[in-house]
Amino acid sequence: MSEASLAAVFAAVIRRDLTLAVRRRSDVFTTFFFFVLVVSLFPLGVGPAPDTLRTIAPGVLWVAALLASMLALTRLFAGDYADGTLEQLALSPQPLVLLVAAKVVAHWLVTGVPLVLVAPLLSLQFGLPSDALSVVLLSLLLGTPCLSLIGAIGAALTLGVRGAGGLLALLVLPLYVPVLIFGAASITACASGMAAGAHLSLLGASLLLALALGPWGAAAAIRIALE
Amino acid sequence: MNWGSARDFFAMGGYALYVWGSYTVAALCIAAELWLLRSRGRTLKRRLGRNSTSAQS
Amino acid sequence: MVGKLWKYASPQAFYPLAGALAPWFFAAAAVLGAIGLYIGLWLAPTDFQQGDAYRIIFLHVPAAWMSMFLYVVMAFWCGVGLSMNTRLSFMMAQALAPTGAMFTFLALWTGSLWGKPTWGTWWVWDARLTSELILLFLYVGFLSLHAAIDDVRRADRAAALLALIGVINVPIIYFSVKWWNTLHQGASVSLARAPSMAATMLLGMLIMALAAWMYAIAVSFVRVRAIILEREAEADWMRDTEAA
Repeated sequence: MSEASLAAVFAAVIRRDLTLAVRRRSDVFTTFFFFVLVVSLFPLGVGPAPDTLRTIAPGVLWVAALLASMLALTRLFAGDYADGTLEQLALSPQPLVLLVAAKVVAHWLVTGVPLVLVAPLLSLQFGLPSDALSVVLLSLLLGTPCLSLIGAIGAALTLGVRGAGGLLALLVLPLYVPVLIFGAASITACASGMAAGAHLSLLGASLLLALALGPWGAAAAIRIALE
Repeated sequence: MNWGSARDFFAMGGYALYVWGSYTVAALCIAAELWLLRSRGRTLKRRLGRNSTSAQS
Repeated sequence: MVGKLWKYASPQAFYPLAGALAPWFFAAAAVLGAIGLYIGLWLAPTDFQQGDAYRIIFLHVPAAWMSMFLYVVMAFWCGVGLSMNTRLSFMMAQALAPTGAMFTFLALWTGSLWGKPTWGTWWVWDARLTSELILLFLYVGFLSLHAAIDDVRRADRAAALLALIGVINVPIIYFSVKWWNTLHQGASVSLARAPSMAATMLLGMLIMALAAWMYAIAVSFVRVRAIILEREAEADWMRDTEAA
């Protein structure tokens, strides 16, 4: 059995997860439509006054992204855990951290990217100025991977646990707070005419930290779950 | 000495609700914690007492 | 001498030690608490700005300090447990968590009651109160995760990992919330610019903090004994102790 290169294995895991996701198309669409739905509910609850909507738009977009991303997390490892694939991954010669990172990338491509793409459209519904749209895109582009990476730790900790969905939310939402703050603040800053650079840099920094620690924490949690 | 009379003490300069609201809840929390611990201990002793006697028999 | 202390890393040895020490810590807590309350409620002068409402500080600050301190200690024992695989470390972390959560709740409650007369509102989204609220969620998450997993060993380790991740995050969360607050600064009130402290006030606060600490140790010792009993019920040494 030849040792495949790390890059090849990384790509193979992503390919596999994407293939599985495409076959279970409902997963993709559920997250996407949940996001759109939640964002649409806020004006119904708060009233259509344009000024209010413009003020709450960054927060609403971001909280909805958080919730949608979290919904999808339970499916990150659960399928593989149930059918034993996860155990095989843990036993393979390639580092589990790498394999976990690959799974998270695939997960983000399937659940995060659609949110990033549709968010600018939704922000128009809230009356955000058009120059804020690029910041909406960028902040979610930087932020949704953070959510997937941090969330992966929660998903791994709650593998096979009763009531995993609600528990996952409880575990992971507090950890999301900095990302939420930086992300929403970046859009607010831009919408009120100030520079969003600082906030976006902080988001970038969060992403780097999440990239460094997320897969490692998730791998550790998976090993704990598999013992 | 800060307080002219017991009445002044309980009035806390008009802030009685807030000050005593804090101290009573604190006392309740501590009492609850201690009570829960005690009942946990009692349940354990009962359960283990039963186990050990059945183990001996 | 230090070498002999290692034996207390076993639940069997620690159980009687905790049982012997706990009453002393309770006594210390009671005495210090009495002194602290006497100073805080009776002796300390009325504050110029806040009137007697400031007396909540003798509860609020010790509770807040303990809530954070206990979380760090809990995370420490979790780290020890994960790296050295010691059962007692995990048990100690489980013993600390409920008390830590209680202090966090108390800090929030007293903070709110302090806020109403001083800032005019029951809640303020300032950095400290908001971070304290998130700390409460972290405690609850820790306890919930442990409760949700049936296998004790897995539960211990998963919760321990969560606690360690939490402890890294707490400074980050605090910083981000503080920053968020200054960004949106509408009200200019900063949380309890604690009245520049008269010496008596400071003394009372420190004594109450010490009392809270003694109380936390005492309660954790009693709780860890209960946990040891629950988990080691089948062990031989259990049958021999007068515990059963």
